[in-house]
Amino acid sequence: MKKFTQHTGIAAPLDRANVDTDMIIPKQFLKSIKRAGFGPNLFDELRYLDEGQPDQDCAGRPLNPDFVLNQPRYKGTSVLLARENFGCGSSREHAPWALDDFGIRTVIAPSFADIFYNNCFKNGLLPIVLAEAQVDQLFKEVEAAEGYELTVDLERQVVVTPSGEEFAFEVDAFRKHCLLNGLDDIGLTLQHADEIKAYEERRRQEAPWLFGAIK
Amino acid sequence: MAGKTLYDKLWDAHLVRQNDDGSALIYIDRQILHEVTSPQAFEGLRLAGRKPWRIDANLATPDHNVPTTERSAGVDQIEDPVSRIQVKTLDANCDEFGIVEFKMNDQRQGIVHVVGPEQGMTLPGTTVVCGDSHTSTHGAFGALAHGIGTSEVEHVLATQCLIAKKMKNMLVRVDGELGAGVTAKDVVLHIIGVIGTAGGTGYAIEFGGSAIRSISMEGRMTICNMAIEAGARVGLVAVDETTIEYFRGRPFSPSEEQWDAAVASWKELVSDDDARFDTVVEIKAEDIQPQVTWGTSPEMVAPVSALVPNPDAESDPVKADGIRRALKYMGLQADQKITDIQLDRVFIGSCTNSRIEDLRAAAEVVKGRKVAANIKQALVVPGSGLVKAQAEAEGLDKIFVEAGLEWREPGCSMCLAMNPDKLGQGEHCASTSNRNFEGRQGFGGRTHLVSPAMAAAAAVTGHFIDVRELMQ
Repeated sequence: MKKFTQHTGIAAPLDRANVDTDMIIPKQFLKSIKRAGFGPNLFDELRYLDEGQPDQDCAGRPLNPDFVLNQPRYKGTSVLLARENFGCGSSREHAPWALDDFGIRTVIAPSFADIFYNNCFKNGLLPIVLAEAQVDQLFKEVEAAEGYELTVDLERQVVVTPSGEEFAFEVDAFRKHCLLNGLDDIGLTLQHADEIKAYEERRRQEAPWLFGAIK
Repeated sequence: MAGKTLYDKLWDAHLVRQNDDGSALIYIDRQILHEVTSPQAFEGLRLAGRKPWRIDANLATPDHNVPTTERSAGVDQIEDPVSRIQVKTLDANCDEFGIVEFKMNDQRQGIVHVVGPEQGMTLPGTTVVCGDSHTSTHGAFGALAHGIGTSEVEHVLATQCLIAKKMKNMLVRVDGELGAGVTAKDVVLHIIGVIGTAGGTGYAIEFGGSAIRSISMEGRMTICNMAIEAGARVGLVAVDETTIEYFRGRPFSPSEEQWDAAVASWKELVSDDDARFDTVVEIKAEDIQPQVTWGTSPEMVAPVSALVPNPDAESDPVKADGIRRALKYMGLQADQKITDIQLDRVFIGSCTNSRIEDLRAAAEVVKGRKVAANIKQALVVPGSGLVKAQAEAEGLDKIFVEAGLEWREPGCSMCLAMNPDKLGQGEHCASTSNRNFEGRQGFGGRTHLVSPAMAAAAAVTGHFIDVRELMQ
């Protein structure tokens, strides 16, 4: 997995609550059997004026000029500011894959949906929860200043604004450890294979009907 | 010490390892696989040279991409080449790794969340995961079940475990008696309207109370299915006689010799009387009316008799903005009557409402009536081949076809429109599915979530109507 330690980049404000995973990456693009290549279709229905198709070259498609990531001042955005309950809806990991493929490294919001939040960490993408008032302040600052950049320091667990103001955020110790070191968690789990086998043996005694049933 | 909730019991029973940092390793009894969220997981196994930990814990079936029209020629008959490759990839992966798959034309094929319980693959006391957020459905049986991403699908295939963190406990208690024409779907839509689309984030929600106890297994599945639309990954209903009866004679249920021991362990799967919940929400069954969503989030819901809300009456500016945006997308006016919304299509199906009881409820309403002239299409898509066969044995297919609805092959269909069943731009649909997000059922499509009976009533009148008016 890709590491995340510290990142500085252009921030863009996506000013709507309850951005769902259908909005992040519409279903027709989930037919791909790959993990990469979803970036051109990130926010497809908000970003383009026509209906997108899988495997289509997006270069010639009509852009929605009102959509924030289409505005020239937000070109190269890698820090996405969002509103409450970002990533609600389906479990599709294509949502973080699309954000990552587009170049987003971190999403800052007052709250996230659980499955999306969890999926981000598996892909080197850092979701950051800040208080609503802090997110509001960042929205105001980014809208007021072109070229506004934010720095995220995972080691110190802070978001740093251009004026040097710092906002601390929480992150689980295990997830932080994996992100900082780019660790593959299957490998970590398999270090406990003996414990899994011991549990499984107990389970087989207690609930034998769960073993060998599906053939 | 306080007693345990059902969720606490399920968590404790599956704990392999508790780490000092708060994370834990929990054992997964069952994984269900489908074509959309598994190809990258199998590819990951191959790239790392890993094998599945335990083959007999997995069951696969294609559902999202499959056409629901005549498909006797099999996978090659899927017209969309990208969909065809995805279904073929699932077939090839299951063949390669030796995983049991109900392929497209197997009578046991269907929507993962209909097939799992129907086969007795989902059982009380199990942990069930699937790369699909509506896996919460299986919690109706007192199973700890939730959706996972593709990386976790691979993790479960490789290790039979998930790295997890314990959720908080919420009890939603619905007491009293549901009125005639008020169904499980109306109950869960009402609950989402009360707690909001993020109200359950971070929680496992147990649905309890006398009204929930009186609901069938099909209805309990509908309620747990939509726990995720309230933000909760996990929905749960305690085990009772209704649960136990459901599993008699299912293909993967415990054998006759194992049955008594299994039932004895299942009976423990209730929250203790003195269990402590972090949050309790109390709802009176009598307050619940047939529901219709008017907006683009499941929390944007109201009784059929209500008016579409006015954003000017909302004090929270982010919420008011959300209402304005939703009304614009949905092509609705503030304060208009919900019963004045004219419809273009009707969809009866999805993992929320495609089981036999749902089809019976819809058939009862359309029987002897005709689909209204303004309805371009009314689809009935059973949840599995076995549900389809049962419905046909009861003659429901004939009732639908005589009324002018289309009787289809099983799959996810127009719930998310990955197959050819979709809405046109600007079309309004009365849908028994679970999400009314922008574009969910087709680019520019406008979804209204309702119960099967309400969808059937909308089909025969062409607009929303309180189904109780047709039942008199």
